[in-house]
Amino acid sequence: MKLLEYQAKEVLASLGIAIPPGEVARNADEAAAACARLGPVAVKAQVPVGGRGKAGGIKLARTPDEARKAAEQIIGMDIKGLRVPLVYCEAALEIEREIYLGFTVDRDARANILMLSARGGMDIEQVAEESPGSIARLYPNPWRGPLDFELTQLVFDAGLGDLARPLAALIKKLYRAIPDYDALTAEINPLVVTKTGDVIAGDAKLESDDNAAWRHKDLEQKYGAFIEGDPYEIEAKKRGLTYVSLDGDIGIIGNGAGLCMGTLDLVQRAGGRPANFCDIGGGAKAEVVENALAVILMNPKVKGVVINVFGGITRGDEVARGIITARDNLKMKLPLVVRLSGTNEEEGRDILKRNGIEPGVNAWAAAQKIVELSRVGIR
Amino acid sequence: MSILIDSSTRVIVQGITGREGSFHTEQMKSLGTKVVGGVSPGKGGTTHLGVPVFNTVADAVKATGANASGIFVPAPFAADAIMEAAAAGITLIVCITEGIPIQEMIRVKDFLRGYPQARLLGANCPGLITPGEAKIGIIPQRITKPGSIGLVSRSGTLTYEVASALSAAGMGQSTIVGIGGDPVLGLTFRDVIEMFEKDPATTQVVLIGEIGGSDEERAAELLARGTRLKAVAFISGRTAPEGKRMGHAGAIISGNRGTAKSKEEAFRKAGVTVAETTDDIVGLLR
Repeated sequence: MKLLEYQAKEVLASLGIAIPPGEVARNADEAAAACARLGPVAVKAQVPVGGRGKAGGIKLARTPDEARKAAEQIIGMDIKGLRVPLVYCEAALEIEREIYLGFTVDRDARANILMLSARGGMDIEQVAEESPGSIARLYPNPWRGPLDFELTQLVFDAGLGDLARPLAALIKKLYRAIPDYDALTAEINPLVVTKTGDVIAGDAKLESDDNAAWRHKDLEQKYGAFIEGDPYEIEAKKRGLTYVSLDGDIGIIGNGAGLCMGTLDLVQRAGGRPANFCDIGGGAKAEVVENALAVILMNPKVKGVVINVFGGITRGDEVARGIITARDNLKMKLPLVVRLSGTNEEEGRDILKRNGIEPGVNAWAAAQKIVELSRVGIR
Repeated sequence: MSILIDSSTRVIVQGITGREGSFHTEQMKSLGTKVVGGVSPGKGGTTHLGVPVFNTVADAVKATGANASGIFVPAPFAADAIMEAAAAGITLIVCITEGIPIQEMIRVKDFLRGYPQARLLGANCPGLITPGEAKIGIIPQRITKPGSIGLVSRSGTLTYEVASALSAAGMGQSTIVGIGGDPVLGLTFRDVIEMFEKDPATTQVVLIGEIGGSDEERAAELLARGTRLKAVAFISGRTAPEGKRMGHAGAIISGNRGTAKSKEEAFRKAGVTVAETTDDIVGLLR
């Protein structure tokens, strides 16, 4: 679960990290009122993606009127495919310098990595590419967390020795996001040093591991409803499916992530454009297939669906009957091509054919078939 | 011969009395795998599917001399199950369980440094099979055939797809190893290829990778140093869009690695044939 900035900041504040005063605004009036209380503010789009500033989602407002105008422009705008549901109005900071501080999972090292750089701000990725040496790194022990002397080394390595004490203390607080919230990423960029010498989180990114959602039900309850996203992805999540929206028009269902990704590749190779990635896992049970089809058919752009099921132990005839039931329950009229293999696969293909569904002999043939049928637009 | 597992491997199943554990224990036994016991806390002293059940892995190892374990316990208990197996002296730990929190796996990886004899496969993997001899996990025996091709893969169903195509073409496999798709996992492509290199029964390898991480690139670096194996690689996800990323931390550490293009280029540079689709693999091995 990727938290919005104001939510991540609430979490940081609960860990004892200083954040600027701020208020959430759902409309222009609320933004104006927030500015009247806070003074000059940054009006910031709340979407769980990076690059908001560059997309025009952050504007400075000195007066309530300017805050109103900024909120009018930002609320409802589209940033990387996400509609902005609300803004966060935050007291503007007197910035002396900007630091980068972030934890994430380094999958190659199979460990958490902590990174600190004196060159924080919008261009940190460029800094990483051009002068990787300017980013100090530490792999803290995952059982006990970073120790004081390790943090002292890190801070001096980053050239921030003058801030050694406050930074080491702050990093220890941020680290709590890992054991307490199963954080996969906890990032403060910029970490602002103000003209008065305070160290304050200028922005915050926090992603909590979905695999651990069962022990962070509080996060979901408090924040889940406010995170707007792709409507199909939200519906798919409710139905317990692994689903990612794409911008094409051919619906894709596969069992297993690799097989599903392989099917995307084949559809693209055949000249089609996938509308989604949907992994229904092993077994291909009728109910799961129906859920997957239901979500895909919500999308009016979809012109056809291909289902790729490799049943190792699963029986092909059972899978075929399940798919037919799902199609009939949903009164699906669009072209449907099914590639299935496994025990009784020939029988499965016969059942499909008798019920007006095109069976693909292999995944490549199925991909070509659905691309062809979607172009014609008939079954 | 084979790698990691054969008909003499003594296997226990952690979570043997559960639905998945029971079903796959029977499948494993029907192939001839030497399943010597199971673990299910509180059910020690009973017998299930014809094998003795123990309360802990240590008890099971003491009584049966088991050296390998298949883990089928639910996700909230799986990380502990892996560490329990390592501490009890198990040398091959195969964790099938999906959905283990990543921070727990990071702690497991750190813990395993204290048990260098313990090799972990997975988690979230289909396991491994030496066709005609033994298996731990869920790879269907039906689609495999004994032979000399080593198959190593990050994806479960794509492994089945490729194995069944190979078997149908009369091309048997020495051992099939599913390393799993989780970001923090045990054995890597590189580890498994090193084992195939040393296995006289393996003459060719097929490697099925995926976008993300740089394990494929590291395997390519190894193969580039010279190998007696004829190798074919396939990378799935070449048309997958870039993830909806937040924050910069991931990009700072991974740079340009991890894309399908980077992986395919690394293999080509190492002299490994790259298959465009899984259907092409059989032809490329002939």
